[in-house]
Amino acid sequence: MNLGALLPSAIDGLLLGCVYGLAAMGLTLIFGVTRVVNLAHGPVIAMGMFVVLAVASGAGLNPYIGVLLAAVVGLAAGVVIYVVAVDRVINAPELTTLLATFAVNLIIIGTATTLLTTSPRAVDVDLGALRAGNVTVMGTHVVAVVIAVAAAGALYAFLFRTRLGKSVRAVAADRAAAELMGINSRRMLALAFGLGTALAMTAGALLATMFSFNVLSGGTYETKSFVIVVLGGLGNPTGALIGGLVIGLLEGVTAVVIPVSWVPVIEYAVFVLILLVRPRGLLGSRQ
Amino acid sequence: MRGMRITAAVAAAVLVLAACGSGTTSGPKTLKIGFTASQTGAQELTSKRQVEGIKLWADQVAKAGGIKLKDGTVLTPQLVSYDDESKTDRVQALYTKLINDDKVDFLLSPYSSGLIKAAAVVGEQNGKIMVTAGGADDATMEQGFTSIYQLYTPGSKYLTGAIDLMLAMDPTVKTIAIVNEKDAFSTGVAAAAKPYAESKGLTVVLNEGYDSGTTDFAPLVNKIAAAAPDAILGGGHFQDGQTFAKAVFDKQVAARFVALLVAPPEPTFSAIGAAALGIVGPSQWEQSVKYDATTAAAAGATWYGPAVADFVTAYQTAYGAAPSYHSVGGYAAGLVLEKAIEDAGSIDAAAVRKALDALNLMTLFGQTQFSTDTKTHGKQTAHQMVYVQWQAAGDGLASQVVWPVAVRTAPILPRQ
Repeated sequence: MNLGALLPSAIDGLLLGCVYGLAAMGLTLIFGVTRVVNLAHGPVIAMGMFVVLAVASGAGLNPYIGVLLAAVVGLAAGVVIYVVAVDRVINAPELTTLLATFAVNLIIIGTATTLLTTSPRAVDVDLGALRAGNVTVMGTHVVAVVIAVAAAGALYAFLFRTRLGKSVRAVAADRAAAELMGINSRRMLALAFGLGTALAMTAGALLATMFSFNVLSGGTYETKSFVIVVLGGLGNPTGALIGGLVIGLLEGVTAVVIPVSWVPVIEYAVFVLILLVRPRGLLGSRQ
Repeated sequence: MRGMRITAAVAAAVLVLAACGSGTTSGPKTLKIGFTASQTGAQELTSKRQVEGIKLWADQVAKAGGIKLKDGTVLTPQLVSYDDESKTDRVQALYTKLINDDKVDFLLSPYSSGLIKAAAVVGEQNGKIMVTAGGADDATMEQGFTSIYQLYTPGSKYLTGAIDLMLAMDPTVKTIAIVNEKDAFSTGVAAAAKPYAESKGLTVVLNEGYDSGTTDFAPLVNKIAAAAPDAILGGGHFQDGQTFAKAVFDKQVAARFVALLVAPPEPTFSAIGAAALGIVGPSQWEQSVKYDATTAAAAGATWYGPAVADFVTAYQTAYGAAPSYHSVGGYAAGLVLEKAIEDAGSIDAAAVRKALDALNLMTLFGQTQFSTDTKTHGKQTAHQMVYVQWQAAGDGLASQVVWPVAVRTAPILPRQ
């Protein structure tokens, strides 16, 4: 064990954890409002990566324009996925919606694999690095954290400060009561699915500025998102953000003291432990 | 009615005679060669190169009129391939299909040691000869197989040569970190490198594996930086190797020597810009290394096939890019099979096996000779590795052959 790596790894972990948290917020928002476990979460994250690639490498524009575009495309894509695949089965048993989103997963992966192949891709973003002692923080990571925190803040402002956001929360709390108050629950469900997808695609876009990727890369982050939402509390966006930070920190710090290939084992051990000891997660309600 | 029967009998007799006649007249026949390609998944890029090499070989043989045997028979290669998605279970199923359904005459391999391991078992069980390119795993070739022939230099030699090169460059190197992808090939290479490094008086300060598909190397690179080794050896395949090199550069790890598997010889490795500078990689082939009739004679081998320059020109014309060693591996696999069939004078498996066992060949890929020992039968014994390093060239980067000294295009430089 070399403790010289502890501080830089902890910082790297926390920075990356913010982006994990953003992706998980998308998953948990969709579940919190629609009660749908979105198995298309991973491919949607990968779509965000390819939006950045198209903007940066295809159009030659600043990759962060791609991040913004990924959010917009994500909102639209989420609404389309909801209307096409989820809306008709929204009141069916949970297994049905699970299978519906799994079908979307397969459609996106199949189409993307055919059109884009699984070749590794990378977006060349050089924002320099901040260095102090043995700590090196990449500029791309710092910007990703700033954007992730801003996106999370914007989501909260929308949900708590706007009439539309309050309507989404009302539908999440009690769909029947919200409809009695004149809220069009179908639209709110579609909007929530769109927002969740936008968050996931934004997270994917930010990951593309940091790491190489291919059309299958979303799978890794989808699995992490599930661990994070269980850790933070299903349906709780704040819990997802905190869960992301915890998992990021755990990844960074445990890798210092044990071989890196054991880190996923620790993560999933935490996942099982939370399900056994505190199934509502860190910030989940008792209900 | 009786007239019709007589007519039918005469027609049948004519057909039988015609069929007998065709058996004695040698004409063009199809030589079915099966393999799987990783059109998707982790091995896609390098597999694509290998398949391009195989296709170029088949096209050139077909254009030249086919493989001509001593009895006048002409064999025209027909390639049969499927997408294995870089998955071993697909490889097993598809090689079974190639043998049982497609009735291929011979097999070539998929790309990567893990996939070859799966394919080799199927080929061996069915007694079907397979020439493997794209696989260097030692363990696969130490199972006493009788029908599997390995073209690549075995993996155990990948990093041992890099250690020799490193110590020749800088004898003051004392500490190394070995970090490798946790797959069969890379683990085998690392396992061979560690005792060799220790036998040379080096101290291994970090020895870790990472999962295939890893993209975030920050935790591992932080550990390496904290251990402060003089050199880093390891890697795995293209994507992880390239990402790892970028992470080492970004974190400013001050290792004087970095050697990674598979990725550096690939021309697109330089896409990471300055992060590629100084990175060394073992290569099965480089176009600047000359193999010809003279080198063949010096090695006591038979020269066979096109010259290196002719191959490079043909490849660039066909695919619009420079070939990597993966491309040449695919081409040479076809070439070796072609020569063995010519020597055997037939496609009979026993005769071709005997010809492969007796082969001592020099092609554009280098020397090829297979072990005839019972335990290591088919393992490559003669092919030599070269080592490349990315060095500054004008405003860009160029891959230079730096080892062995006899064939180098530039001296090795310490990493800055």
